[in-house]
Amino acid sequence: MNAPILAVRGLVKHFGGLIATDSVDLDVLPGQIHALIGPNGAGKTTLIAQLAGELRPNGGSIALDGRTIDALPAAARVARGLARTFQITCLLPDCSVRDNVAIAVQIRQGHSFRFLRNAHRDEGLRGEAETRLAAAGLAGRADEIVANLSHGERKQLELVVALATRPRILLLDEPMAGLGHAESQQMIKTLRALKKDVAMLLVEHDMEAVFQLADRISVLVYGRVIASGTADEIRRDPEVRKAYLGDGDEAC
Amino acid sequence: MTLFFEQTLNGLQFGVMLFLMAAGLTLIFGIMGIINLAHGSIYMVGAYAGTLVITETGSFLLGVPAALAVAAITGIVMEVAVIRRLYRRDHLDQVLATFAIILILNQAITIFFGRQPLFAPMPDAFSGSVELLPGLFYPVYRLVIILVGLAVAAGLYILINRTRIGMLVRAGSTNRDMVRALGVDIRMLYTVVFALGALLAGLAGLMAGPVLAVQVGMGEQILITTFVVVVIGGVGSIKGAFYASLIIGVVDTLLRAYLPGLLRQFMVGSEADALGAGISSMGIYLLMALVLLARPKGLFVADS
Amino acid sequence: MSISKLGRPLIALAVLALLIALPLLAEAMGQPALTSMVARILIYGIAAASLNIVLGYGGMVSFGHAAFFGIGGYVVGILYAHHASGDPLLGFIPGTNQLLITLPAAILVSGLAALVIGALSLRTSGVQFIMITLAFAQMLFFLFVSLKAYGGDDGLIIRRANEVPWLNMRDKQTVYYVCLAVTTVFFILLWRFVNSRFANVLNGLRQSEKRMAAIGLPAYRYKLAAFVISGMGAGCAGALMANFLRFASPDMLHWTKSGELMVMVILGGVGTLFGPLAGAAVYIALESILASWTEYWQLGVGMILLFVVLYTHGGVQALAQRLVGRQT
Repeated sequence: MNAPILAVRGLVKHFGGLIATDSVDLDVLPGQIHALIGPNGAGKTTLIAQLAGELRPNGGSIALDGRTIDALPAAARVARGLARTFQITCLLPDCSVRDNVAIAVQIRQGHSFRFLRNAHRDEGLRGEAETRLAAAGLAGRADEIVANLSHGERKQLELVVALATRPRILLLDEPMAGLGHAESQQMIKTLRALKKDVAMLLVEHDMEAVFQLADRISVLVYGRVIASGTADEIRRDPEVRKAYLGDGDEAC
Repeated sequence: MTLFFEQTLNGLQFGVMLFLMAAGLTLIFGIMGIINLAHGSIYMVGAYAGTLVITETGSFLLGVPAALAVAAITGIVMEVAVIRRLYRRDHLDQVLATFAIILILNQAITIFFGRQPLFAPMPDAFSGSVELLPGLFYPVYRLVIILVGLAVAAGLYILINRTRIGMLVRAGSTNRDMVRALGVDIRMLYTVVFALGALLAGLAGLMAGPVLAVQVGMGEQILITTFVVVVIGGVGSIKGAFYASLIIGVVDTLLRAYLPGLLRQFMVGSEADALGAGISSMGIYLLMALVLLARPKGLFVADS
Repeated sequence: MSISKLGRPLIALAVLALLIALPLLAEAMGQPALTSMVARILIYGIAAASLNIVLGYGGMVSFGHAAFFGIGGYVVGILYAHHASGDPLLGFIPGTNQLLITLPAAILVSGLAALVIGALSLRTSGVQFIMITLAFAQMLFFLFVSLKAYGGDDGLIIRRANEVPWLNMRDKQTVYYVCLAVTTVFFILLWRFVNSRFANVLNGLRQSEKRMAAIGLPAYRYKLAAFVISGMGAGCAGALMANFLRFASPDMLHWTKSGELMVMVILGGVGTLFGPLAGAAVYIALESILASWTEYWQLGVGMILLFVVLYTHGGVQALAQRLVGRQT
């Protein structure tokens, strides 16, 4: 039995009277992809934001590798090995693809209080950025400005940037959203290859992808985890069928 | 003690003037996301228009609609000609464009009225004093300013909490797209809100006429103080603007009244006066610094 | 087409050569006033380029940079006053008229002021940040107005420009060359700076603070560092200005001065290396041309500014490039 890399206990978040996260417990084990599914408005993105440290929960606790990270701001959590991607891609629009990756490498290395040495000629940054882009099949686009990328390319770049922080757990907020079938298949392949190195919490509406990838699935409805288990267990769970999979067509 | 009461009332009077400015500024920012440096210029335009009509006709009653109308029209023209193009721009462009408006209006006023300050005559009906407490005589006009300010505050409260426009304003400040989805002509709403803000600034300028010198630069002076109010009260919050205005008005007035005297006990008179004046003009900024340390979003904005 | 990569250093060198030759050319043309005008351009160029570090590269709209400009000026003025009178500042800091001491002192003090103001102001962002930087600058304005010992409202006259070993600073041309030397060093450092790792971070923060947090960057300390550096640059410019005018006054900290610096940045092009210098040149030239026509020259400045903001994107540099681009 592996110790969970990410352990969430009793997490609560409310906005005024609205409960967005309702006593959520969640474990992500090393080497696994844990999918989080649920209808729109179930509070998935809000949960991710709390795990990443962008949003402060009202109660409960989050532990990374057995150590609680509740007090840490978002940036410090990244240094501990927790990275995320955004559903609506959030990249540096005026920078080149290469620079978007290089800046993540730079921050991981530290040494950002250097004022006079030319960073664009720094092989340590350029080299690693290009290697990572090549691995993702984006080498040819390295000099392109992000604003000129296609949607699919941006989604890929999101992932490359997150990986450049060398995370041990990755929070993926709908990495497949808006991708075509071929692009989705490519993303699934990429994620599957990654999982032995990086555990993942995957929020996704594409059920086909979820059932292909996930080792475990948790179902979130109105901020509560109503079921948690393997793909087969979730498929068979009557409550899930009623609450979620019944109108799954609409969500996909 | 009577002096203290008198100074506190002076502070309240300054406070409600600040509120008239801050309410418009914070409303415009809250709803349209625009930072309008030229808000002080509208105050100045209102003051000049009111003073001009009052001195020409000798009637304060005619000065009131003149100042309000000119201020509102200035506001509408400004919104339609310039501000409207800035909604989608960043704050830098907004700051620079409205800074340009300040330069233009200041020079235009200088060309028409010269550099000498004007003084508006006190309306006869309000020119005396009343005895509020035994031994405390207070100018009626200043009391009227306080009452008008409080009445406007109450009116705004009703407008925002009880009317359809107010509902749109509240909705618009939290979610602009939602208002658009309601099928509201958002352009019209923006123009109306801007005109309302301009109207309040014009009212403040008009009332300032008889108590302050009407001169170029008066707008910027009150604008920067208004910024302090808005920061302390919390950007976008009318309630915050109200309380912060009164706090700033009273604190500023009391510091100016008492600090030089206090300092004179330790140093030579003239130096004490200069230093006292300096420190008391800094007082509200120091207060702002304290608020920023404790509650960076302002005193009356709930932490999200 | 934009200027090619190789062309830019060449143009910079050509401009530098022209600036070195300027006093002689101005004499020859019978326009000695031109030298003083260019000196002012250089000094404002430093101030505007410093502001551009936070404004253009970091995306922080500071409306209070005149404060640091003024502090730089007052450091020179106050140290000079104590040098002239002989009694030390606060009883233990001796006054001085040596530029090699006053200039670093001005940079240091304005940096400290920027540290305090920045630490407070950067707790907010956006529109509050604009208002707060403006308010703090106004506070310092009132502070200097109330300092009767240093001239109060009237300002502080510096009888002679600071001395530099082996140079005759009573000669206006020498002062010009000192300004030019400081400007050159400043822009070389700035050129290195904008390509540095730190500038990478700053660039990223402007575009998306959320993204930078998601890759592990604690934004506050980097923004504060940028703010301090920017304040130091403005202070350096202020110290030069005090030497050039032999005068420091509250006007240097007036809020319109902050506005002017912003106007220079936008005229030249936000977030470009030499843009603010070009913007300063355009602004000063505009000011002297308009002022020779009418005493209401600010009306013209206002209208041009309004036009630039509403209808050009990226200031005169971009405008010129677009015009050239259209023709070719």
